[in-house]
Amino acid sequence: MKFTEEHEWLRIEGEQIVVGITEYAAEQLGDIVFVELPEPETQVAKGDEVCVIESVKAASDILAPLDGEITEINPALADNPALVNEDPQREGWFFKMQIDDPAVLDAFMDEDEYKEFIS
Amino acid sequence: MNALLRTPLYDLHQALGARMVGFAGYAMPVQFAGVMAEHRHCRAAAALFDVSHMGQVILGGRGAAQALEALVPVDVAGLAPGRQRYGFFTNDAGGIEDDLMIANRGDHLLLVVNAARKASDLALLEGAMAGVEAVTDRALLALQGPGAAAALAALVPGAAAMRFMDVAVLDWDGAALWVSRSGYTGEDGYEISVPEDRAVDLAEALLARPGVLPAGLGARDSLRLEAGLCLYGQDIDEATTPVEAGLAWAIQKVRRRGGAREGGFPGAARILAELAEGPARRRVGLLPEGRAPMRAGVPLFASEDAAEPAGAITSGTYGPTLDRPVAMGYLPLAQSTPGTTVWGELRGKRLPLRVAPLPFHQPRYRT
Repeated sequence: MKFTEEHEWLRIEGEQIVVGITEYAAEQLGDIVFVELPEPETQVAKGDEVCVIESVKAASDILAPLDGEITEINPALADNPALVNEDPQREGWFFKMQIDDPAVLDAFMDEDEYKEFIS
Repeated sequence: MNALLRTPLYDLHQALGARMVGFAGYAMPVQFAGVMAEHRHCRAAAALFDVSHMGQVILGGRGAAQALEALVPVDVAGLAPGRQRYGFFTNDAGGIEDDLMIANRGDHLLLVVNAARKASDLALLEGAMAGVEAVTDRALLALQGPGAAAALAALVPGAAAMRFMDVAVLDWDGAALWVSRSGYTGEDGYEISVPEDRAVDLAEALLARPGVLPAGLGARDSLRLEAGLCLYGQDIDEATTPVEAGLAWAIQKVRRRGGAREGGFPGAARILAELAEGPARRRVGLLPEGRAPMRAGVPLFASEDAAEPAGAITSGTYGPTLDRPVAMGYLPLAQSTPGTTVWGELRGKRLPLRVAPLPFHQPRYRT
């Protein structure tokens, strides 16, 4: 698993990556009450705002970590956005994307580097 | 930026694992266990809030009630000893300078004002009367929820017999507590002014009672919104009148047209006219039809394709008791009837909201 400085995790699944937010980010955001997900089959560029997460307190954006195409979104979040708090790094995933160039994943932090980043 | 001020409970908040934020110049706990859990716990049992950032002011001069009536459209002279009443300072345009609690403590009045407005309120009061004294050596706690009465009465038996908006001085272990049966959550409960050197002891004694847990400003905000209560600086400000804000109930007959002490407060011409003829816009409850919360600043439109906004949301969040987004805002009279659909523009999309009666959560005061 790879990690971004925006507190997203990226899990490689064949030619796709699965994207979610880290336990640390979910804890910081507090109770999540709504997640607005992108449309599947949307082309996105790195840095695009692709999701909005609403906690009781505030709205936050999730940025596309890479260029690519959104292929799938987590259907469970519409009815149960609290999944992001309960299991942020597994069941609470946001979307999958097909990426243009898997080599760019090397630039992201691994788990140890991320732990150091948030400490 | 100046360093944040600390309340006497600062170290206790840290020890209880609070997440602290800056609010009105003070380092305050925004949450302990989490906003949702604290909110639900307050509605089900009892929550203890630190509200020591708020201003406590004694008006001890002769004729203080009459002098205060020149600043607020409220019946202060008729407020019985041992009773408290909600009010607001108005300006010449009829807007609200601050909202406050006014307690008659026999030989003086005690005011509780908003933290962010303390300095300007004091200047206003000192310009209008003698004997104005800011209380700076006391903390203020709010114990709220259906379990509040049992918890406080275990420490201070005299609290049990108090009714909503009663005030009393009660002894606890040698400390004089200034207690009022009131709050900002829509639940039964108390606000307790305590000498600062006993504040931690009292907070710990209350937290040791069954069912009492600490809560932060996050839950305080969602609780008051569900209860339809205004937050100064958001739902009411210098540019909103009490009548627009739906606070006419706090202007007693004696200060209205035909009353014995009609007018005589800043902005009386506009406020009395609006009381008689109705305001052009009103504060309303709003229920977003989707799951996305709509927060302060979201513009409201009378139709999905209207070019100009008709109003705006002034407070909005997710209501944990209602388990849905809730909001308040201002709309022209024509759109303010409950059941009307209006449209809020969120992230470039127009989404429907239904105008709803306030409060969303019926208060459970001990009247």
